[in-house]
Amino acid sequence: MPYEILDHEADAGIRGIGCTLEEAFAEAARAMFALQVELERVEPKEEVRVKCQADTLEGLFVAWLGELLFQRDLTGLVFSRFEVELNQQEGGSYRLSGRAWGEPLDPERHRAKVEVKAATYSGLKIGKTDDRYYAQCVVDL
Amino acid sequence: MSEFELKRISDYVWELPKRDEMRVPARIYGDRRIIDHLLGDIRKGKEWNALEQLKNVASLPGIVKVALALPDVHPGYGFPIGGVAAFDLEEGVVAMGGVGFDINCGVRTLKTPLTRQDVLARQEELAERLFRDIPAGLGSEGDIKLTLKEIDQVLLKGAKFALERGYGLPEDLEFTEERGCIEGCIPANVSQRAKERQFRQIGTLGSGNHYLEVQYVEEIYDEEAAKAYGLEKDQVLIAIHCGSRALGHQIGQDYLQELERASKKYGIPIRERELVCAPIRSPEGERYLSAVNCGINCALANRQTLAHLARKSFAAVFGLRPEEIQMLYDVGHNTAKIEVHEVDGQRKQVLVHRKGSTRAFGPGREESPPPYRAVGHPIFIGGTMGTWSYIMRGTEKGMREAFGSGIHGAGREMSRQKAKKQFRGEQLREELKQQGILVRGHSMAGLAEEAPGAYKDIEMVAEAAHNSGINQKVARLRPLVVIKG
Repeated sequence: MPYEILDHEADAGIRGIGCTLEEAFAEAARAMFALQVELERVEPKEEVRVKCQADTLEGLFVAWLGELLFQRDLTGLVFSRFEVELNQQEGGSYRLSGRAWGEPLDPERHRAKVEVKAATYSGLKIGKTDDRYYAQCVVDL
Repeated sequence: MSEFELKRISDYVWELPKRDEMRVPARIYGDRRIIDHLLGDIRKGKEWNALEQLKNVASLPGIVKVALALPDVHPGYGFPIGGVAAFDLEEGVVAMGGVGFDINCGVRTLKTPLTRQDVLARQEELAERLFRDIPAGLGSEGDIKLTLKEIDQVLLKGAKFALERGYGLPEDLEFTEERGCIEGCIPANVSQRAKERQFRQIGTLGSGNHYLEVQYVEEIYDEEAAKAYGLEKDQVLIAIHCGSRALGHQIGQDYLQELERASKKYGIPIRERELVCAPIRSPEGERYLSAVNCGINCALANRQTLAHLARKSFAAVFGLRPEEIQMLYDVGHNTAKIEVHEVDGQRKQVLVHRKGSTRAFGPGREESPPPYRAVGHPIFIGGTMGTWSYIMRGTEKGMREAFGSGIHGAGREMSRQKAKKQFRGEQLREELKQQGILVRGHSMAGLAEEAPGAYKDIEMVAEAAHNSGINQKVARLRPLVVIKG
């Protein structure tokens, strides 16, 4: 699986892994929703587009996850598929435009689990090992 | 290892003396087992551990006296959970990790005139009714439908807003922290996004460790306090544990970025990224604190609404009138508040952060409801769904040593992932039923994560707080019905 759930005493860590940074960001989003529902039961029927920016790549990662939680509460959708595009601006800040696909939450059919409250700076790391990128942080449950 | 050599002050108090960049010493309240667990995490080189977090807090600018960890301590974000730290208003900082993402998460407890036997006779019916009436779990929506403009009124008025909508009784406010409404709220400092996220979530319980429990008083330890609180053996209580829902979460998410920038701007050395902060007297710090106050009021409105729903369920099952169910108290455990405490022999205003810790004022404080002033106000220590909860109270010693703070729960010991592997929701529910506890949950996986075995022994935590003298045991409670998100 290109994402991992990491052990944390109070909450959970999520780590997305991919051939590109974009893939790692998208996989981390899958990890975050895998904590909340059974991903394979969520059909990617409806699309939501998000944009965010931050001074650092790490900040951008947390902003991306935060944006998806915002969209979850605003639209009532849960997501199972993601696409990410990253850009570095001239001043050095980072921008992300992303797409998320999902459907309205059906707690029973999607086997709703626990609600993720927020993405945090705890355990926040973005890096590369061998030829794979990873992006991780702890999420508050 | 030597970096975390703890000095034993007494059987229940340990100190990490000032060293390196620490500005004050750190003190941990707990028995040998609690201390061993903390040191074990250091030894194992765990990526996140509470002792290191406590040391980081002790190194923040303007911290006064001591950085504290109470017996329910475990790793948090920047601050350890079960952490208390107070800051000088002029030189100190406000730290996001000291409040957390669920601003003013807390427990409201109500007293019913029922006895355990009354509830046992209709336990199933009550459980079904509460499960239906209390919105909980991922994606649930509340009873109150608000416009975005009305959200500002929630943030300004707190529990009073819910009361104006007909949720609850006027006397509820007297037994709510801040009388149900904290001052210093500026709704403009809360993002539109936070308000948009919230407007369907007023009066919802949430998920994770949040719950509504029907409990009975199994044992009383402190007759005088129990009398002041109006508690009797076998009496049935209703405990509601939840916070500021999406609004609080979004305030946290928004200010994480803003305070990260502020930390850099003001040159505050940050030892853990999540410990972002701003000087209390900076525009960023003032904005954040006013947003926190908005979050505090949102949580108070939330619990006021949920209490109303619980009263309705009890009316339907037992024919009780609303005024027959009275408030015991409502107390938060994720806050930063300006309070007067004694520092270096002087009484002065400080900003007290309590992350996973309640205010626990001892006798004589005017912030407590008048009937509780002689004994100190009650605090609620949430157990797990299979074990006891405790009612404790603030003490004079706690006022002197711990900025009038108290424990808030058992504290997790096992990760959610491990708990899910080890426990099964359905089986757990069956086992608890055998013990006379009816559990209704929206998520079986969620139930497994909250298995009693995943938590520290609540008795050990309560005993350590009691024996250290910072809190005093008043009563032990046992659940009869548990509603989980």
